Amino acid sequence: MAELSGNLLYASFVLYLVGTFFFGGAIKDKKGETEKKQNKWAIIAIGLTILGFVAQVGYFITRWLASGHAPVSNLFEFTTFFGMMLIAAFILIYFIYKTPALGLFALPIALLIIAYASMFPREISPLIPALQSDWLHIHVTTAAAGQAVLSISFVAAILYLIKSVDQSKRNKKTFWLEVIMFTMVATLAFVIITSTFSALDYKANFTWMNKYNKEDVFEYHLPALIGPHEGVLLTEGKMKPFVEMPAIIDANKANTVVWSLFSGLILYGLLRLIFRRRVAAIFKPLVKNVNLDLVDEISYRSILIGFPIFTLGALIFAMIWAQIAWTRFWGWDPKEVWALITWLFYAAFLHLRLSRGWHGEKSAWLAVVGFAIIMFNLIVVNLILAGLHSYA
Amino acid sequence: MKEVVNCECGHVNPHGTILCESCGRVLDDAQKDSKMIDMRYEGSARRSQTYNKSIIDKIWNFFSSVKVGVSLIVILLIASSVGTIFPQEQYIPPTELPKVFYEKEYGFSGKLYYLLGFHNLYSSWWYLICIAMLGTSLLIASIDRVVPLYRSLKKQKIARHEGFLKKQRLFGITSTDKQASDFEEIKKSLESRRYKVKEENGNILAEKGRFSRWGPYVNHAGLIIFLIGGMLRFLPGMYVDEVLWLREGEMKEIPGTEGQYALKNNQFKVEVYDKEEDQTFSAAIDKVGTIVKNYQADVTLYEKEGNTLPGEDAKFQKIKDHSIKVNVPLKHDHFAFYQVDYKLDELSEMTFNLMNKSTKETFGTITISLDDPKTMYKLQNGYSVELMSYFPDFEFDENQEPVTKSPVPNNPAFIFNMKTPDKPEGEVSFVAIQQTLEPLGENTYKMAFAGVDTRNVTALTVRKDLTLWIFFVGGGIFMIGVIQGAYWNHRRIWIQRKDGEIWLAGHTNKNWHGLKRDISMVLEGTNITEPKDQLEAKEVGEKEK
Repeated sequence: MAELSGNLLYASFVLYLVGTFFFGGAIKDKKGETEKKQNKWAIIAIGLTILGFVAQVGYFITRWLASGHAPVSNLFEFTTFFGMMLIAAFILIYFIYKTPALGLFALPIALLIIAYASMFPREISPLIPALQSDWLHIHVTTAAAGQAVLSISFVAAILYLIKSVDQSKRNKKTFWLEVIMFTMVATLAFVIITSTFSALDYKANFTWMNKYNKEDVFEYHLPALIGPHEGVLLTEGKMKPFVEMPAIIDANKANTVVWSLFSGLILYGLLRLIFRRRVAAIFKPLVKNVNLDLVDEISYRSILIGFPIFTLGALIFAMIWAQIAWTRFWGWDPKEVWALITWLFYAAFLHLRLSRGWHGEKSAWLAVVGFAIIMFNLIVVNLILAGLHSYA
Repeated sequence: MKEVVNCECGHVNPHGTILCESCGRVLDDAQKDSKMIDMRYEGSARRSQTYNKSIIDKIWNFFSSVKVGVSLIVILLIASSVGTIFPQEQYIPPTELPKVFYEKEYGFSGKLYYLLGFHNLYSSWWYLICIAMLGTSLLIASIDRVVPLYRSLKKQKIARHEGFLKKQRLFGITSTDKQASDFEEIKKSLESRRYKVKEENGNILAEKGRFSRWGPYVNHAGLIIFLIGGMLRFLPGMYVDEVLWLREGEMKEIPGTEGQYALKNNQFKVEVYDKEEDQTFSAAIDKVGTIVKNYQADVTLYEKEGNTLPGEDAKFQKIKDHSIKVNVPLKHDHFAFYQVDYKLDELSEMTFNLMNKSTKETFGTITISLDDPKTMYKLQNGYSVELMSYFPDFEFDENQEPVTKSPVPNNPAFIFNMKTPDKPEGEVSFVAIQQTLEPLGENTYKMAFAGVDTRNVTALTVRKDLTLWIFFVGGGIFMIGVIQGAYWNHRRIWIQRKDGEIWLAGHTNKNWHGLKRDISMVLEGTNITEPKDQLEAKEVGEKEK
């Protein structure tokens, strides 16, 4: 059952990938220019997306059957589920607005998220006592669904910005748009590097002195560019680090970050060299036919749809469960605080939009910040800010 | 005398009205020349936009401003994120002093964090003031808007003023003279789309989803109730938060219940997943060693019977047995008891033999209960052991005197006086774990360690929170309001006949795509042309310039 589950996830990944190319075809086709009629490419593309979604639901169900609990209990499972919800949200929005260009960006982002998820340990693990509750299923799935719908506003915002930002001259806007592009390229680079070295089964062990001046061990899965404090390489024939970190910094994580940034820079540099343009400018022809007002509305609409779901899942259900499991509904745990920050941010977004007329480009930049906060809560809070939610 | 604004249509509007509540005519000079009118709050007379003289006006205007509200949200958002950089004081190990801990763990930045008080950020006075100000802003901003908005929407007339229609975002004129039959079709089509259609002198007002306009005010009310719940926590008697450490076999009064309840720990256990039993998880278990499956305290809850006089022992009556697990608290009478911590194998009894050091002959065994030790243990044949001192959690203080750190038997030590027929005065011996001292000279006898008994201890949180229902009500109302405001839209379509022309205007508070789709479907098959989006036209015009 566990094997079938893994294969279904793999199948969905491939289907989304193929779907992306069909969405690419859909916007190239002249018939797709008017919104109301979908061309053949678009119909095939959305069909593949739905098929991929069904396969991923299959992965979800089979893994649930294998483990006896909903597969949302560690970082791999949660992030994969988040990717699945992103696809679901996209399908929903697609049927309201019928814009293939949205798929051309939503699918690759979902693919990146699922690929990123699979860099975490994938074993089926049993539930620790704190997670043994039906609220695990209720709270985590609703919170992920809310975040996914909110993320669609980011996808639409990217479309908006790629089209609206003037690429003929360099300015703050082109810079920040490139930062977004680079972040995605670096994520891709992280996935490539991590899976390459994991396929080679790279392991290098270090002993080092931690901040309490006690000896500790690290197992590196990437060649050490950055070594731990007073680190001694134990595994023979592996690379020695160039720089040593102070004891207060987790050198293993820092090494992964440096690898991602470097390989990201190389990949990004290659793209710039080959195309002789900014990365956002490479994508610009793809959004030629996009109606800016419509994309702006999609971005706003997905926040309107996502905000109540997020509130329900990430705050209300979360509080109910926290009262049962942790004796209090609110305890200022970092994950709780970042859920509150996400909520406050989108509340500010809605007020700015309603009353102060932040439409179009301003609103698109805000949607980007909102997504950054969601990603921060998913990645940084789990991996760096220790708290009650660090399960994986 | 109360100031009023008279409109040409005869309606009397309150002072400060921008668009006539009834016919929509532009009353405010500033808006007369603009191409489109500002439809927010229907151009109604908001107190904050009308008066700005007294100090009350100024305070009111400050808190009713969305700019101020959003600023407060952003301040809270940034402050909250600062509080997550390092753990808050409540999450650092309880044995650590905050003053030392932050610097030791995080270096200089940790020290600074502590000095600025960020280790208790969420209960700091300035954070609470920001929340209180946001609450005030929620209340005042809502009242400032909801009252005039309600008036305006209630008083709106079907036939609107020309200027009102012309300056809507969606507006179009179709010149024709015989469209009577179309009107009936349009009405039917609108009704089938669940619009409420009103007609007067051949003019149509189709409206739907007006209740969504109240969504923001409903959700703000929910938030205000939620914040009130937060304040009620500080009232005495509303909130109990105590910890109860309970050993196996032990029965204690429950703190926070004023002696009304007692709890007995029958057994505490920790279970782990078994690789053989749960084959699916074997890879995951191998990776980390052990994964805990269950923390469970089997307890019995007792309630005091009747009133007891001071000094008299209370009688307790059993209420129920329960297995407290994580996620399965024991609940009774507004109280809940949660499994939060534990200690395995705490020492409960120690056994010693009185032994002659040279012959190894023993003269009896004593068992000391570490919770309730006796002072004298009589043995047979004239042998006895006096327990002169007992240190449950022993250490030497700075003067090398034995002291106890706590009343918990973590590291017990004893001073015995062994009385034997040949040493009737007794020999003094100091006995700790793996350590024996003879402070008054060489002894003939010793207390030889013979064994220990242990038990498990559970830690339970005792919680009473009478404010919970308020949070629940507040949260529920917020959800209703936010859904009401987000998932429905207030759409209006005006169709009017003017001198052989048909004027059509449309307005929605959001989701213009949906309104345009509605209009184009309604107009399909009629001779009326679709209205233009004047905002788009304006933008295109600006770009061409």
